[in-house]
Formats: sequence, structure tokens, C-alpha cells
Amino acid sequence: MTRKQKRTFLLFAVFIAAGLALGLTLTALRTSITYFYTPSELLVLDAPPANTIRLGGLVEDGSLVHGEMSGVDVKNAVVSFTVTDGGATTAVRYAGLLPDLFREGQGVIVQGRLDERGTLIADTVLAKHDENYMPKEVMDALKEQGLWQDGEEVGS
Amino acid sequence: MNLLNDLANPVRFERYARMIFPAVLGFALLTGAAGLYFALFNSPADYQQGEAVRIMYVHVPAAWMSMFCYSVMAGASAVGFIWKHPLADVAAKETAPLGAGFTILALFTGSLWGKPMWGAWWVWDARLTSVLVLLFLYLGYMALWRAIPDKARAARLAAILAIVGFVNVPVIKFSVEWWNSLHQPASIIRADGPTIDGAMLTPLLLMIAAYMSAYVAMLLPSIRNELTARRLARLQFVDETRAAELVEQ
Repeated sequence: MTRKQKRTFLLFAVFIAAGLALGLTLTALRTSITYFYTPSELLVLDAPPANTIRLGGLVEDGSLVHGEMSGVDVKNAVVSFTVTDGGATTAVRYAGLLPDLFREGQGVIVQGRLDERGTLIADTVLAKHDENYMPKEVMDALKEQGLWQDGEEVGS
Repeated sequence: MNLLNDLANPVRFERYARMIFPAVLGFALLTGAAGLYFALFNSPADYQQGEAVRIMYVHVPAAWMSMFCYSVMAGASAVGFIWKHPLADVAAKETAPLGAGFTILALFTGSLWGKPMWGAWWVWDARLTSVLVLLFLYLGYMALWRAIPDKARAARLAAILAIVGFVNVPVIKFSVEWWNSLHQPASIIRADGPTIDGAMLTPLLLMIAAYMSAYVAMLLPSIRNELTARRLARLQFVDETRAAELVEQ
């Protein structure tokens, strides 16, 4: 082997070793890297987690209920809604400010603890947006032609 | 003869760099101005995100450049390591601070975008975390160069760090597909084509062209600076050796 070949080999070996190490680490840590559970994944777990969890899914249409608001205390207004992933649903209660993108049918990630009845008492609500960008008029036109259903462009 | 060979290329490079620099800078300014005009004044608001979508036009190119610069750095490092080409080492070294700058810009604008849209400045999801790791890789790479006075040795070790760190680049790209994340999946580079409306894609592509040419426009003078600094150091070294010889006589 010439010196140049040796250096090339060394560099490849280092890269592959690093890749393998990272791959194994990420596989081992898969569950903790995942940012949130879905309601279905929550059902499959043997015991409901006792500590803080994150739950992700869509806010189910028609499930959003604004609770009693005491005076002008908007910051602590209680809302309840259910999060669905199409298969299972989880009820959520939250007191606080909701992000701008929060609405029914929108993807959200809520963080909190499950109570004994399986309701998630959230301390944080994050809104998730998808990869689609378009002007409102285009969206309206797509909807009108029936080319847009449940956040997916039909036939693309 | 060997020394001459090594010098020959950088000299030719410098002449070439000086020649194309004005054109690259002009292109960056032109595409940047056009891109910003479209991004801020002549593009529609998003159906969901409203006006806040305009942050995309500074955020996405910065994020792309953060990964592009790292790839350039790793590629140049490999060339420098295998073929012992000093110009490649210098290109890798001078790309690092620019890449780090783009990474900081991506993290910062992403944070500004995250607060109104997601409801959080920062979350520890796979995408955001892997980009933060990218920033630390850049900083570690720069620190390594500074920690070792011998340039040839510094280049070797820094190259290995750059190559090892390169495994993070595919992790960043696919983090939004491999794991559930708060960050959205890819909008442009995806199997079924872009999911961005044409009226928004135009300013975005213009801004990407502007960032890319701005990177080249900043890289060329810094490579020339580094080459000059090295030549100066060599001359000083020769001077000192000669002085020492004179003293001995």
C-alpha cells in the first residue's frame, strides 16, 4: 500500500466507524429521541407513564371546549380537546395561552402528565405545521375543486 | 521543486479568485436584492401561517448553507488529508467560520419563527438538536485549528474531526423522517416534488442563490488572506533562520 492509499483507507475506516457508532447509538436511543407519543402508541404501552410525556396528533374536529373563564384571566383559561391519530384518541385539558396555529384539525404536541382516568393534564401546547406552503386563494381553490382533503393534496 | 509545486497552485488560485470575485459579489447582491423584494413585498401570505411565513426566506437558505458548508468542509478536508493539498486544507479551514455563521443564523431565525408558530422558542426535538450539534462541530473544528501551532498537523487532525462529524449531516436531513419531531418534514427536496407554491418558491430559490454566492464571495478573500498570512509566516521563518545563521558565524 502506498502512503496515499493508507491515508484514504484510514479516512474511510474512521468515517465508517463513526457512522456505525452513531447508528447504533441512535437505534438504542430511539424511544428517547422520538419527540412525542401518538395516542395509539400510548395505548400499546403496558403501564401509562407516570412522568411527563409528550403526545402528538391532530386536534379532533368538534372536540374543542373552552371552559369557564374567570373575569379577564385569559392566561389561565381552561380548554379541553381530544387528540387523535386516526386510530385512538386521548383527552387533554390545558390552562394557558394557545399558539396562533392551534385550531381544530391542526397538528399539535401537548406535554403533561396523564391522570388516573387517562386524561392528559397539559402544561405546554405546541402547534405543529406541515410541509405545505401556499397562498390562501390557492388553498380555497383546491378545496372548491375537492382536491384537498384532511390536509393532503389529492392525487399528488 | 516540491515547494514550488505546492506554491504554484495557490498562486494560480489567487489570480483566478481575484478575477471572479467582483462577479460573484455582484451576483450575490443582485439575487439578494431581488429575493428580498419578492420575499417581503411581492409574495403571498401563507394560508396557515399568514405573514410569518416570510421568515422562511431567511431561515431555510441559512439552514441549507449550514449543511452545505459542512459538506464542503468535509470534502475539502478529505482531499487535503489524502492528497496533502494545502489549498484544500485552507478552503476547509476558511469555510468553518462561515458555516458556523449560517448555522447560528438558522438557529436564531428558526427560534424567532418557532415562538409564534409552534409556541416555543426552542424544543429538544431531533432536528433542532442535530443542528445544534452541527454548530458545536464547527466550533470544535475551529478550536482544533487554533490549538495546534503546526499547520500540517492541525490540518490532519481537523480533517479527521470534520470527516467524523460528517455523519451528522444525513442525520440532520432525515431527522424529520426517522423520528417524530415538532419540526416539519422537507418541503423542497422530497421524492414527490416541492410542496411549496410557485409564488413562494421563486423568492426562496432566489434567496438560496444569494446565500450560496455570498458564501463564495466571502470564502475567496478569506482563502487569499490565509495564503498571504502563511507566506508571511514562511518569510519570517526564513528571515529568522538566516539571522540565527549570521549570529553563529
